[in-house]
Amino acid sequence: MWVVTPLAFVFVLFGISVVAGALGSLLGLGGGIIVVPALTLLFHVDIRLAIGASIVSVIATSSGAAAAYVRDHMTNLRVGMFLELGTTTGAITGAYLAGVVDPRVLYVVFGVALAYSAVAMFQRRHAEGAAGPPDRLADRLRLHDSYQDEATGVLVRYRVARVKLGLVLMYVAGMVSALLGIGSGALKVPAMDLAMGLPMKVSTATSNFMIGVTAAASAGVYFVRGDINPFIAAPVAAGVLLGATAGSRILPRAQSGAIRWLFVAVLVFIAIEMLARGIR
Amino acid sequence: MSDAGAPGLAPASAASGPEANAERVRRMELVISYLLRIGVVVSLVVVVGGLVLSFVHHPVYVSSRPELHRLTSRDTPFPHTLSGLVGGLRGLDGRAITALGLLLLIATPVLRVAVSIPLFVYQRDRTFAIVTAVVLTVLICSFVLGRAGG
Repeated sequence: MWVVTPLAFVFVLFGISVVAGALGSLLGLGGGIIVVPALTLLFHVDIRLAIGASIVSVIATSSGAAAAYVRDHMTNLRVGMFLELGTTTGAITGAYLAGVVDPRVLYVVFGVALAYSAVAMFQRRHAEGAAGPPDRLADRLRLHDSYQDEATGVLVRYRVARVKLGLVLMYVAGMVSALLGIGSGALKVPAMDLAMGLPMKVSTATSNFMIGVTAAASAGVYFVRGDINPFIAAPVAAGVLLGATAGSRILPRAQSGAIRWLFVAVLVFIAIEMLARGIR
Repeated sequence: MSDAGAPGLAPASAASGPEANAERVRRMELVISYLLRIGVVVSLVVVVGGLVLSFVHHPVYVSSRPELHRLTSRDTPFPHTLSGLVGGLRGLDGRAITALGLLLLIATPVLRVAVSIPLFVYQRDRTFAIVTAVVLTVLICSFVLGRAGG
């Protein structure tokens, strides 16, 4: 355990959170994969307080980055808002299933699912932009859109596929997030990339937009329960907001392929971590 | 269409067709972006202000190492109820101010969902106004149910 003064704690945690916010905003993740181990391993903070801080990190990443992504038209607002139907109802279901389902089984199941997603997303690296099957629901909801790719200078038009499957996957993602307290974006980005055929950068930007809402639903409960310690959550919130703002300037100019590589690498890491927790 | 006269100048209420619609969608994006930005900036200022105040009130935080354990341990009391928060704010307690800033941060995405409902109504998009209203209802339910379930 690292014993430092509260002042040093604030600055170190702030620095770590800047990195978490930047990575999270680029990949559509909440940053919990960095914040939780940093707090528990480095400072021996109680796991519940660490998870409380990571919920704050998710919301800070989401709002900090989405402010830019929505303005820059990287986020597909309609896809995000429609899929929130799935994530929010899934989160309620998950809250009720807590205690009924063995978390170890879930860790194994979703470790495998994420490992499979990582492989499939890697294989899709040359197929990005290939149109999925026509989807009447996507037509009716007017989900098809375009975004300006600053890396290539091209206006990328894309069509959205398999909306119903996407909604089901979001329901599962919301449920798992509520049950395990992790994986908010790790499940959403593959669902949008693999099932719905969104471009990689639109998937991460739209995931970013959505994760804040799911996290806010549980954050209120965590707050009342006393899991959000202001002294721990404050440096996290400030650092993540700054990091996410910086990351949101990088994403429009980043190569889609580079974002995909980075995401697959992080996904492999999360999958291994989940499997280890389930098997142990 | 290249032959549209004075694009963007027509009032939204009088215009229709794809261009006016794109204009309304654009406005919605800007409103949501501003809302998120204001929520982020305000909560950041309050959170950091509260943190700074904590250090001003407790200079020992700068030098004492055992203080950290006390501050971050599970048993340390801190304001997390409404009455505790109000009391702390009255006494200008740094941690209560920080907690208020965190609550503002948490409220921002919920507010974003709420504001989207009238924005979709303004776009005459009934389907999405309903979708968003359902999302808001589910959000409120999950908070109420979560509180009840503890």
